Amino acid sequence: MATETATKKELTQRFKPKVKAKGKKEAAEKDFVTVFIMGKAHQVPAEATIMGAIEYAGYLIKRGAGCREGFCGACATVYRLPGDYKIYTGLACTTLVEEGMWLSQLPAIPGQKALYDLDKLDPNVATIQKLYPEVFRCVACNTCTKACPQDLEVMDYIQAAKRGDIEKVMDLSFDCICCGMCAIRCPAEIVQYNVGLLAKRLYGKYLSKKSPELRKRLKEIKSHEFDSEYKELMTMKKDKLKKKYYERDLES
Amino acid sequence: MYPEYMNPSLDKVAQSRNKRFELAKSGKPVFPPMSAEEREEVLRKFHPDYKPESRRKIGIGPNKGELITTEVADILESHSRISPDVFDLSVPDYETDILIIGGGGAGTASAIIAMQQGAKSIISTKLRLGDANSMMSQGGMQAAVTPQDPPTRHYLDAMGGGHFDNKPELVRALTEDGPDVVKWLEELGVVWDKNEDGTMQVLHGGGTSRKRMHSCRDYTGAIILRTLMDEVRNHPDKIIVLEFMPVVELIMDNKGQCAGGVLYNLETEEYFTVKAKATILATGGYGRLHIRAFDTTNHYGATGDGLVIAYRAGAKLLYMDSVQYHPTGAVFPEQIAGFLITEKIRGAGGQPLNKSGELFVFPREPRDVESSAFIRECIERKNGIETPSHRVGVWLDSPLIEMLQGESYINKQFPAMHRQFIRYGIDITEEPMLVYPSLHYQNGGIEINAKCETSIPGLYVAGEASGGVHGRNRLMGNSVLDYNVFGRRAGLYAAQYTKSVRLGDLSLKHISEYEQALKKARIKTDRIAPVLLPSYTPEDVRKRQLTAHYEGTLR
Repeated sequence: MATETATKKELTQRFKPKVKAKGKKEAAEKDFVTVFIMGKAHQVPAEATIMGAIEYAGYLIKRGAGCREGFCGACATVYRLPGDYKIYTGLACTTLVEEGMWLSQLPAIPGQKALYDLDKLDPNVATIQKLYPEVFRCVACNTCTKACPQDLEVMDYIQAAKRGDIEKVMDLSFDCICCGMCAIRCPAEIVQYNVGLLAKRLYGKYLSKKSPELRKRLKEIKSHEFDSEYKELMTMKKDKLKKKYYERDLES
Repeated sequence: MYPEYMNPSLDKVAQSRNKRFELAKSGKPVFPPMSAEEREEVLRKFHPDYKPESRRKIGIGPNKGELITTEVADILESHSRISPDVFDLSVPDYETDILIIGGGGAGTASAIIAMQQGAKSIISTKLRLGDANSMMSQGGMQAAVTPQDPPTRHYLDAMGGGHFDNKPELVRALTEDGPDVVKWLEELGVVWDKNEDGTMQVLHGGGTSRKRMHSCRDYTGAIILRTLMDEVRNHPDKIIVLEFMPVVELIMDNKGQCAGGVLYNLETEEYFTVKAKATILATGGYGRLHIRAFDTTNHYGATGDGLVIAYRAGAKLLYMDSVQYHPTGAVFPEQIAGFLITEKIRGAGGQPLNKSGELFVFPREPRDVESSAFIRECIERKNGIETPSHRVGVWLDSPLIEMLQGESYINKQFPAMHRQFIRYGIDITEEPMLVYPSLHYQNGGIEINAKCETSIPGLYVAGEASGGVHGRNRLMGNSVLDYNVFGRRAGLYAAQYTKSVRLGDLSLKHISEYEQALKKARIKTDRIAPVLLPSYTPEDVRKRQLTAHYEGTLR
């Protein structure tokens, strides 16, 4: 665990600007760096994200951009840095360029998904064994965790999947954006993000505690309890409705 | 990290925090909510919609003569990407029961329900399945579930938020279906935030009088949409997904019914035709048109394509003069300018503050009012904070949340927001965020009824592309609910319709007729739409592209 934390810290450090800018002018000054987009050198603003740099260089992105804010996982990118043997992974939309960065976007990542009828599954280890048997090939190398641009504990949730601990898989994979970096780096050829997705669905359907209030409300709606009030509101004159609205109480 | 010159202002925020905490804890409103008159005044003076150049008269089509958002009028007064004569519609490339245009929340929800009704469908989507604004909604989904919150109260809140312009039948559908959507999604495997006893964890949003915001941390949209996508992918025999294949025109038949669409393969540049008994349009919004040159919270493909193709086919638009600016878009650092900062931050107690660290507006006014108040504070009162790239914004005090809700609340409930800022050395548990309104949502759209029917038989619309549900201003959490409620309804009613409809001969005549109407209205333009993708190619690059041929924004 200690080494993982160090890696995460290291990554966060690398995202931080090196020196705190003093004045407005200094902070606004534009420097340029050289990056190698698929091997070709381009001068781009030093403060650009990888996605910004690609567009600045004149590329029209078709594959490789989605939400552009770190939620959709469309812009998986691999890169290396000068004088560093490591291969890095990141999202093009949220990773900043660096001097000498050699980068390539991955237009799509192949990953098999099991087909299933959720209604016929049990939330346990047997389901994992049946649908994603390759999970049990995990060698605990932690490459998936290092590859995750969300800094999730991917290996830990794969280990939890092996134990059938669906809740833990759900919790640790909750923020997964399905970019596929873990799957492409995994020596055991596991598609981690699909295992996480399965566990979340199993948890939501079978393991989360059900709301009695919700059940009651559905019954009320089914027995048309709100029909007359709806009718009244829907035919109410605008002035009267407005008055009712501005006079309504606020729950604190 | 913030540049040093912002320190005095940051200090004032920190200094006023204890006092603001005491006030918030008292349960009383931390700032007086505006009256009807105050709301009207701040909107009239500061909302971007009210600038004269924001709207212009549309010269063609079903809404001819109406004032609509200028950038929307531009894409409607445009040429088609195709010449209708080259297509042999007697031998379509694909045939299906329902063509679903768009692979976001409304599209996937409708496909699942249609399938359960026995209808097969094709989802055609411009980018990947799930590349949609639905994926990015963070804060939550409204639904009236608690005992003190009947769905009729939700109705009243939504009507007031929309300035009472909402279509009542749509708001009833939205609010009355809400609780069932919560249950439906849970049965599909959505992991809702819950209390220990299993009751739903609910928060306030802007304009809500009851706590009814349901969430999945701050990945609400991502959790819901990935669940829906996974269910769609479990049925490849009944739902075919065509990615990077946007629909660029609808196909009609000689009886005036919608009968499918023309697909464009973005990668091979081929065109294909789809014959379908019914068509569900779920193309989402238009943030990437960068209305009034605003930054946007929207995804890459949000270019209002559905409006264009439906309008050419004769569908009527509603409230196309109204644009939603989300109060809290990021303005610093520059790399994330325009990015969405979830309203859940204010729902959990976060407060907007001016440069002196003072509250200047009730934190949870409806979005248009809140945004206008931010603009007033920055532009008129000059109480904003300027960024190094000459943007201006107000503080959104997040550290206060942990004082109110307990330690590590932000890490647990706002992992996405925390991530977004820590990358740039800003820890939102310790420092506030700097925000300004960002182009967020298309309030209006193609007019529908509670069955998602349009003025064109066989054409159904659901989600952000539709108009009427939210009047002229949507409340937070009602869009996630909207795409579920109306996605499900579109799937149901379209599937039922396919059982009785008889299609005539397929036709693209409406394209040539629209072209003639453009001429007749003396509209001379080289604009081409649907836009499909925005262009971010720098001017100097374009100058050097000596042999490139552009069709609109695409080359």
